[in-house]
Amino acid sequence: MLIKLSGGKVYDPANSVNGEVRDVYVDGGKIVSPDYGARVDKEYDLKGRVIMAGAIDPHTHIGGGKVTIARTLMPEDHQMDEVAHTELTRAGTGHALPSTMITGYRYAEMGYTAGFEPAVLPANARQAHMELGDTPMIDKGGFVMLGSDDFILRLISEKKDFELIKDYVAWTMRAAQAIAVKIVNPGGISAFKFNQRKLDLDERHPYYDLTPRDIVVTLARALIELGVTHPVHVHGCNLGIPGNVESTLATIRAADGLPLHLTHIQFHSYGTEGDRHFSSGAARIAELLNKNPNVSIDVGQVLFGQTCTASGDSMRLYAGAKHADPKRWVVMDIECDAGCGIVPFRYRDKSFVHALQWAIGLETFLLCEDPWRIFLTTDHPNGAPFFCYPHLIRLLMDRGFRQDMMQKVNPDALKYSSLPTLNREYSLYEIAILTRAGPARSLGLKDRGHLGPGASADITVYFDKADREAMFTKPELVFKNGELIVRDGKVIKVVQGATHVSRPEYDKAIEKPLKEYFDRYHTMRMENFKLSDDEIIEGGRGEIVVQPTKARTQ
Amino acid sequence: MTARDEGAGLGERPTSELYENVTCPFCGLLCDDLEISRTGSTLKVLKNGCGRAHGGFERTLHDAQPMVKGKAVELSQAIEAAAGLIKKAQLPLFGGIATDVDGVRAALSIADRSCGVIDHALSEGQFRNLKVLQSNGWIMSTLTEARNRADLFIIVGTDAHKLHGRFFERIVCTPESMFEDMSSKRTVVFIGEGLDTSAAMGPRIDEVITLPCKLDKVGEVLAALRARLRGTDLKALEPANDATGMVSGSKRTGFLSNLLPKQRTAKTPSSPRTQTIDGVSLADIDALAERCKNARYGVMVWAPPGLNFPNADLTVQIISDVVKNLNVTTRFAGLSLGGNDGVVSGAAVGGWQTGYPLRVSYATGKPEYDSYRYSIGRMLAEKEGDLLLWIATFSPDIVPPETNLPTIVLGTPGLKLKKTPDVFIPVGTPGMDHAGILVRCDNVVSLPLKNLNRAPLPRAADVLAALEAAL
Ligand code: SF4
Ligand SMILES: [Zn+2]
Repeated sequence: MLIKLSGGKVYDPANSVNGEVRDVYVDGGKIVSPDYGARVDKEYDLKGRVIMAGAIDPHTHIGGGKVTIARTLMPEDHQMDEVAHTELTRAGTGHALPSTMITGYRYAEMGYTAGFEPAVLPANARQAHMELGDTPMIDKGGFVMLGSDDFILRLISEKKDFELIKDYVAWTMRAAQAIAVKIVNPGGISAFKFNQRKLDLDERHPYYDLTPRDIVVTLARALIELGVTHPVHVHGCNLGIPGNVESTLATIRAADGLPLHLTHIQFHSYGTEGDRHFSSGAARIAELLNKNPNVSIDVGQVLFGQTCTASGDSMRLYAGAKHADPKRWVVMDIECDAGCGIVPFRYRDKSFVHALQWAIGLETFLLCEDPWRIFLTTDHPNGAPFFCYPHLIRLLMDRGFRQDMMQKVNPDALKYSSLPTLNREYSLYEIAILTRAGPARSLGLKDRGHLGPGASADITVYFDKADREAMFTKPELVFKNGELIVRDGKVIKVVQGATHVSRPEYDKAIEKPLKEYFDRYHTMRMENFKLSDDEIIEGGRGEIVVQPTKARTQ
Repeated sequence: MTARDEGAGLGERPTSELYENVTCPFCGLLCDDLEISRTGSTLKVLKNGCGRAHGGFERTLHDAQPMVKGKAVELSQAIEAAAGLIKKAQLPLFGGIATDVDGVRAALSIADRSCGVIDHALSEGQFRNLKVLQSNGWIMSTLTEARNRADLFIIVGTDAHKLHGRFFERIVCTPESMFEDMSSKRTVVFIGEGLDTSAAMGPRIDEVITLPCKLDKVGEVLAALRARLRGTDLKALEPANDATGMVSGSKRTGFLSNLLPKQRTAKTPSSPRTQTIDGVSLADIDALAERCKNARYGVMVWAPPGLNFPNADLTVQIISDVVKNLNVTTRFAGLSLGGNDGVVSGAAVGGWQTGYPLRVSYATGKPEYDSYRYSIGRMLAEKEGDLLLWIATFSPDIVPPETNLPTIVLGTPGLKLKKTPDVFIPVGTPGMDHAGILVRCDNVVSLPLKNLNRAPLPRAADVLAALEAAL
């Protein structure tokens, strides 16, 4: 069936289309070229509307053990947002830690057609994919966590052959069915198990002869040589510590030209100026970032209200547990593999610290010049739940609104940030880069995030409202693979998205030392550690899309 | 229903087969290194099974057919009859839920669609943990982490060996650990009398210490430990302002009077040498406190079903407190065992699909959670609900509570039912008759269960889906 979306203003940065009035044609779930020639079966008159590809959240904690522990930890957060079933949709709960089905529905209702879980522990990958499998509507994928697992720490500290390290990385991506690799507090989660409470970039690990720098550089190089599109996704050292801007700057320099993605950089951009020894380091980060085209970031914007922080960073979340609100929290040491921490949190606009975190995030957005290297995230749910995105978009696009909001926050905080002096307003084109084209390009999603012929017909149509928050809260139409799934901000059809993976090559011989390792130390057999494709797709849970990787190099 | 539901393909199964790396679904440890052979419909555990595993895999396969009111019928007729009962029900109760992840998914789906209540047969034990999670949280470890890292295991009031036949073998007394230079020797402390300590032996074990107290008093001993760790001089405390700190720790004031042991209040404590807390001398508690502080990585182990006494969640609470206290200076973590019959999977899938670890009612269309109100055991006792659908696919002992309500049972053949249900549908055991997934007791690792081709029994998940489709 050929569908024509006529007369809308199209924002498709991947194809350099900036608000031109164009017709978009869809057939067989794909975008097709206008001279396709077939008879139009269904036409939508979209004059005055804004058309973009479906949005992509490249970093959102929506599936996996720690998310479900967080869900279980916070019943009162769900009680204010219990959602009844309808003829079409399942019941569930929402707000900060939405249940899986509600996550899928609400992302779609906000015009998102993909979301990526950035912290898949290898030991917990099966559950992460089960949860993503129960998240309808959107495409998804996972970044597998490495860098505090004892196997890689052994490989690196014993200076094993680099090809072996690459094999292990590629094997783990395959076993955990991941599209990318994430490092969380490099070596720090492991160090915490040895009772170390802090691990800076060049500090030696308490047990293994290596430093976080070694881990970051090794994995950055490994992924490049494996041909994986998304560079190593780094949650750096010293999360949340005043002064951590120094280790973040040092991490950027450590990459020394190697591609690197620094995630929720807001939490890593703190200086120590002022009476309270807490100030914004955003300007320094942005300056270095502007000069280092090999580095991309996402922000992890803080917005005010109740949420729950959930991270693999057991070391830093334990340190932050004293701020838990409400007063309960979980920290776990996991399987000689990773860890996690879950600390409920309420960001208050009158708090000096929280207001400054808010300002630092916005500063980062406004100071980074290249929109292709910065992605719009709140690190859901860590900085704020994902439903706040439209509010964040308005803060970026509307200076007057931003100034009004600044009136409401702790005024002292703004003295330690350059936010009040920044006049930049994001354009719709730039927002389309931040929320579609940029993440798709960075993650290597060949056929997502754009509206060129051959792309999957994941399309969002908005009313062009001056109030950008209202505009982005409730799209008029959302198409997934060419099917209309949302109308006027409500799900009208439930579909199942795909799971995106990437599969760099590896030498199967890696399974020999791995099997021995599993048999000697683990409580799980290597054979059972690996996730099969069937486990992901059975029961009608969508398809697996293998995104291309470049050839492996040395 | 799909071909698989009818066990199609089984006709072509080889008469005998050998299976390696088999996951055992018969307790929450989910050991996945078993070797099992099948001849016809008879399974034999060849390697790595404990007694419970042998009992589970090798149990007699009873003949079983779908039944309506005790009469054998076709599966489709049983489904039709069951769907009829669900359609009539105003508040159907979905209990048991002793099934795999897909079974829980399907049970949640039909409970949602039919506005019912859903709870697991073993929730009572699990909520001893969940209440603590939902009020204070905790610091926890997992099986592999504990296996490699712990230099001190404290087993709290739980007969771990009896409940989990391979716990000591696989986690505590392992031939190797990843950090031999740091935790080559382990001390094992048992708190509670009559616990089987026999498995804590071998070259890895340094000392085995028992602090004998009545099992329902382990909380008191731990509370004294907590007090000592916090530097409280127990001698100076009045019984009313109890050393256990349970008054302040508990919101349930009435509870203290139940727990305060009469003989202790009668005793006049003298010196730490002679003062005892429920039979354990204060000196021993002090020695344990020292051991804890000096441990590099201590692990406090319990199984929620082991703490089978009133208000046992307060004991879990104290475990959580003690562990948190110790982490100020060293590393310590809890490790909860238990998790049999899919109870952890139930809470996990419930958690991700509804936000709540079961004990959820969909009566209003929305998931509503109440760990007291939506206990199906309580509801049946108080004559709430008007239909019981019970799922028990693993142990034949997971039987429905007594009730006069119309009852549908999706059960493993040989389920020890006390009464003929209105509809009985025999279903397969995940990990024997079909493949599946279960979440392990540590709530992190989930393991694939293999289809060992034992019997052509349908999956509970598929029967539930067929039932839902028939509504
Ligand atoms: S300990 Fe538990 S999981 Fe392991 S073999 Fe025995 S019953 Fe099975
Ligand atoms: Zn994150």
